[in-house]
Amino acid sequence: MKPRQRRLAAVLGGLALLGLAAALVLNAFQSNLVFFFSPTQVAAKQAPLDKTFRLGGMVRDGSLKRRADGLTVDFVVTDAAKDIPVTYTGILPDLFKEGKGVVTQGRLGPDGVFRATEVLAKHDENYMPPEAADALKQAHNEGAAKLRAERASKSLVTGK
Amino acid sequence: MFSNFFSFASPQAFYPVAGRMIPWFGWSAALLALAGLYIGFFVAPTDATQGESYRIIFIHVPAAWMSMFIYLVMALWAGLGLVLNTRLSGMMASALAPTGAMFTFVALWSGALWGKPTWGTYWVWDARLTSELILLFLYLGYMALKEAIEDPQRADRAGAILALVGVVNIPIIYFSVQWWNTLHQGASVSLTKAPSMAMTMLAGMLVMALAAWMYAIAVSLARVRAIILERERGRDMAWVRSMVNA
Repeated sequence: MKPRQRRLAAVLGGLALLGLAAALVLNAFQSNLVFFFSPTQVAAKQAPLDKTFRLGGMVRDGSLKRRADGLTVDFVVTDAAKDIPVTYTGILPDLFKEGKGVVTQGRLGPDGVFRATEVLAKHDENYMPPEAADALKQAHNEGAAKLRAERASKSLVTGK
Repeated sequence: MFSNFFSFASPQAFYPVAGRMIPWFGWSAALLALAGLYIGFFVAPTDATQGESYRIIFIHVPAAWMSMFIYLVMALWAGLGLVLNTRLSGMMASALAPTGAMFTFVALWSGALWGKPTWGTYWVWDARLTSELILLFLYLGYMALKEAIEDPQRADRAGAILALVGVVNIPIIYFSVQWWNTLHQGASVSLTKAPSMAMTMLAGMLVMALAAWMYAIAVSLARVRAIILERERGRDMAWVRSMVNA
């Protein structure tokens, strides 16, 4: 081997070892690197329930209620499998909306209600003009209506 | 053909070539940035959920892409210098570092300004943001280490090892949003799936990314010329003296 090839082998070998070490370390840290826990993880007691932690998911449609003081809100965070009720007093970010992503920080009370001290909105990676969003929503609703109609007619035919 | 190509590895041969390339890249950077900003601010539509604040994307995403890509190129040059013992490789790596650090800072800063109106916070310690901050420290550490060592060849070798070790961070930044729960959303544009953006938005972002490429090339070439003059001065070469005195 020429010295040049030996050095190349050393650099590539070093990088390979480093990559392996990094992969092992990251694998070991896996659970500590999560920014938030999902309602399913909380229900399975994988979150540190006796300490402050972050709960993330979607704000369930129709669950947002504002109390009489105007600042306290109650809503439900869901991941489609499990629901966790959340209460929060303070200003909500602009993108906070029902059906959208949210990350809240706080503690789980003994009554199973999550008392949030901070609420952050989590948005997705889709960017589109409002007209496209409306069209998408309409298409979704029409598709859902069509599906319901098909199911209804099928059940009529089979008599079920 | 390749023997011709490799002759540019000599700083003396590369110096005038770099000088001739700078105006081309510089002007394309300016024109592309103008076109990209025009598309971004006047042609691209308002976003359905974020309103106008999403327009930071036209600065933020190109800067973030460049911050990672420049690091890879810098580490490649540093590694080549380590293996082949060529002087120009270390100079190229040195010339790229400040531009990479600048783009990393812009990505972090524009991200903070974007995070406040959308997420509700300037900063969170999630995996994407934290690993990008580590990238900034890697750039700064690389520059500081090279400055701290007097002998340029030893500085190149020490810097190369730091740059190569830091390469581990690049896939971590890129895949952080897939591997872990993060507040930062996933990639809108990637090689493996169709982009999840309206066409004009995507066009503005890609034109801005191209402008950032051209800018990075022009600035690094200008910087590498200065480094060539500075380092070759000590070699008592007539051509450097003629350049410096001219």
